[in-house]
Amino acid sequence: MKEQADPMAAEMPRAVARRTPSPYRWRRATNAIMTGLCALMVAIAVVPLISILYLVISRGIGSLSLTFFTHLPAPVGETGGGIGNALVGTLYIVGLACFIGLPFGIGAGVFLAERGDGKLGHAVRFTAEVLSGVPSVIIGVVAYGLVVMPMHRFSAIAGAVALGILMVPTLARSTEEMVRLVPRSLREASLALGVPAWKTSLFVVLRTSLGGLVNAALLSVARAAGETAPLLFTALNNQYWNFRPDQPTASLTVQIYNYAISPYEDWHQKAWGAALCLLLLVGLLSLTARALAGRRQTGPA
Amino acid sequence: MTTILMALLINGAGATFPFPLYSKWFNEYNKQHADLQFNYQSIGSGGGIKQITERTVDFGATDAPMSEAELAKAPGILHVPMVLGAVAVVSNGVPDGVKLGGDVLADIFLGKISKWNDPRIAALNPGVKLPDTAIAVAHRSDGSGTTAVFTDYLAKVSPEWKSGVGAGKSVKWPVGLGGKGNEGVTGLVKSTPGAIGYVELAYAKQNALPMVALKNADGQFVKPSIESTSEAAAGVEMPADYRVSITNAKGKGAYPISSFTYLLVYKDQGDAEKGKALQGFLWWAIHDGQKLAAPLDYAPLPKAVVAKVEGTVKSITVKGAKSDLATAK
Amino acid sequence: MRRRNDPSAGGHAGDQVFAGSLTLFGGGVLVVFGLIVLVCVQLSRPAFAKIGFFHFLAGSDWNPVEDSFGALPFIYGTLVTAAIAIVVAVPVSIGLALFLTEMAPARVRRVVGFFVELLAGIPSVVYGLWGLMVLVPLLRSSVQPALGKAFGFVPLFSGPPLGLGYLAAGLILAIMILPTIASVSVEVLRTMPSSLREGALALGATRWEAIRMAVLPYARRGMLGAVMLGLGRALGETMAVTMLIGNQPEIHASLFAPGYSLASVIANEYAEATGAIHPGALTGLALVLFGVTLLLSASARLLVRLSTGQLRSAA
Repeated sequence: MKEQADPMAAEMPRAVARRTPSPYRWRRATNAIMTGLCALMVAIAVVPLISILYLVISRGIGSLSLTFFTHLPAPVGETGGGIGNALVGTLYIVGLACFIGLPFGIGAGVFLAERGDGKLGHAVRFTAEVLSGVPSVIIGVVAYGLVVMPMHRFSAIAGAVALGILMVPTLARSTEEMVRLVPRSLREASLALGVPAWKTSLFVVLRTSLGGLVNAALLSVARAAGETAPLLFTALNNQYWNFRPDQPTASLTVQIYNYAISPYEDWHQKAWGAALCLLLLVGLLSLTARALAGRRQTGPA
Repeated sequence: MTTILMALLINGAGATFPFPLYSKWFNEYNKQHADLQFNYQSIGSGGGIKQITERTVDFGATDAPMSEAELAKAPGILHVPMVLGAVAVVSNGVPDGVKLGGDVLADIFLGKISKWNDPRIAALNPGVKLPDTAIAVAHRSDGSGTTAVFTDYLAKVSPEWKSGVGAGKSVKWPVGLGGKGNEGVTGLVKSTPGAIGYVELAYAKQNALPMVALKNADGQFVKPSIESTSEAAAGVEMPADYRVSITNAKGKGAYPISSFTYLLVYKDQGDAEKGKALQGFLWWAIHDGQKLAAPLDYAPLPKAVVAKVEGTVKSITVKGAKSDLATAK
Repeated sequence: MRRRNDPSAGGHAGDQVFAGSLTLFGGGVLVVFGLIVLVCVQLSRPAFAKIGFFHFLAGSDWNPVEDSFGALPFIYGTLVTAAIAIVVAVPVSIGLALFLTEMAPARVRRVVGFFVELLAGIPSVVYGLWGLMVLVPLLRSSVQPALGKAFGFVPLFSGPPLGLGYLAAGLILAIMILPTIASVSVEVLRTMPSSLREGALALGATRWEAIRMAVLPYARRGMLGAVMLGLGRALGETMAVTMLIGNQPEIHASLFAPGYSLASVIANEYAEATGAIHPGALTGLALVLFGVTLLLSASARLLVRLSTGQLRSAA
């Protein structure tokens, strides 16, 4: 009679293990193979990331210099110059986008959290989820039709509108989640003390979830800062410094794209440097968001 | 700092063909006039024509003259010739100066000749070692005046090209990789072994790409250069609106794919400051600016053309009123 | 006297205003959606009027000179690159997700999880830059020649090794959608009640068998949703694809050949399309892309919702 497969075989001393029946050995082998495969998948996933980070840092750092950050681009084919206007441009366009996207997104999120259980709420929630999957280039086309065409020019504000719209769906959903995390007891205590419902929402509930809201906002800003396609035909590009909202403006992402597809070695170098700046910017925003999230967890329950 | 903030920003967009020169021009002009900033985006001639038609920019730029249909949509637009350039046929991995005839070139771009050591190419280049590599065609993916000039030439020398593909800023390429702008195509050719592409001479020179010597209308094999470009424009009958093609021009040393490149401005400018600034720049460009052309391998405008263009620049009005320039000289 | 500092003041009117503003914001989301549809439909009307909707979808000619536009090469390119991305990314991300939730000790989990988050945060244009400078030369000099030598008789791997093309674009997409599929899968796996897994283990299953018998069947639906979300992202990704796909609006059988995707052609040609038909055709492509990603996104989220919701009630 065949011995029953003994799961305790792994714990037994070697002498006994040698007598383990082969179906069990096969199962253990399969387990080991699959575990190994999964670990291999992790390695495969991590390798490109390491390559990208390594190259951006090693090739980009050579371009970084004071000139790089503060100068305008040199004429085509000449070396020298910098990406100062692109860096400032990104900050400017994203800053403008925040004015549009943040209130809208957070407002929609608060709506979903406070009054989102009805039919309108379900519709809005579903729409927001579905909108977050829309390719950014389509949002660019919409911004072109809504802003560039009537204004008859490319402008920072057109780019800001595109990025702002992009921010709204994900921000609304994350805001809803953050606000819903605030315990009901807090809200009910405030209402019990006679504070009107709207003041409760604003000054008690929202204030408690502030850390989470800032987290969500920073993450959506980080995403907006990394967008290129919508800016290609809204904010276009500019070789000079620009602080006027109704004029085309340079941006880091568009500059990286233009430099990367060009034939000039100097521009390729600058592309890596600009990519490093972009990653640092996005990374800084994300890290700040994470730090705030961490603090929130140890904050008021 | 205040000049930067108070400076007048004039936006333009269009051809990538003259971009190296325009880039230098605007930079120089800004050094002389710190209060005037010309922001030029090289998005292709197609983009330039579109943007100036819709008036989303203050001036456009194109190598391909606007068609009748395009002109109808932009009444009052002026073509102002700026400089002459050559469309160089560049390659990767092939010796510089390899000879090609127009029909052979067309067949390469039609996909009928697929290897560099094809007998038809070898026949034109006795004694030259041609590699046994596949020809990787590179063309423009965006609406391009350079493409218009190039396909205009191919249509003239190859009936099959004319009927099969045709000429224009954007065509249905039978084969090849697409690059964005002259910069994109140069980048493709530079990085792909066995590639062939068509780019403005400045890009070819700046990136040290081997160039093809093309057979011209007189049967001579000519490489693109300032001299061969100027010769192509030498005998041109310049119409009043400057819309002319000089591809496959006659002349022993004429380069067959040469072209004028134009700035597009409206004859009547709506904004006084911008109008004056534009007019001032155009005047500078056809005089002082021409001196900056040769170092970047663009050919300056023939003297006869400059004289005509002066008249055109002077004719620019601001809200119907004649400009100071017109009344001055 | 009490009014100024009385927190209970400003009651009913304030509530209505607040509620009203919130509803406005919420409704605004619907308005945005409506605007997208409206603008796209409006701008694409001239093209559809001239070419006809089905003719447009099925046509394979993209000729701005003759005003002849067909969406097929772009639909094809988008599908092919997305297919390559899915084929490569799904095993890797499922393996990654399983490793993170079932197999790894806590410390490794945190480190790897951090790396995956990093991957998700890298902007598309940086992926494109890396792709151009690293992936394409690698494909052109090593991978494609090797594949061509080994499998050249298959049409999929025929043609000269250009580096740029469907394969390059598909691979970069695979890397980009990895974090999406992995993180949603991790989410789905985490909401699974541990009783299912523990039950299997208690019956004597090895860790892999527990995964295969208890975890995967329940998580299958949610993982399918994760894959669909990844697919949605792959279909809409613009910059990295534009930089690597070769920009040739033709249909080719070989993966080594250059092609074009819906998002790429919109990004490349939109700024300079002249007339009403060309921009109309491009917007038509945008509409197609919008419709497809919408459908996919909606179904994906439903699946994920169903999966995590169902598991919670099964606990």
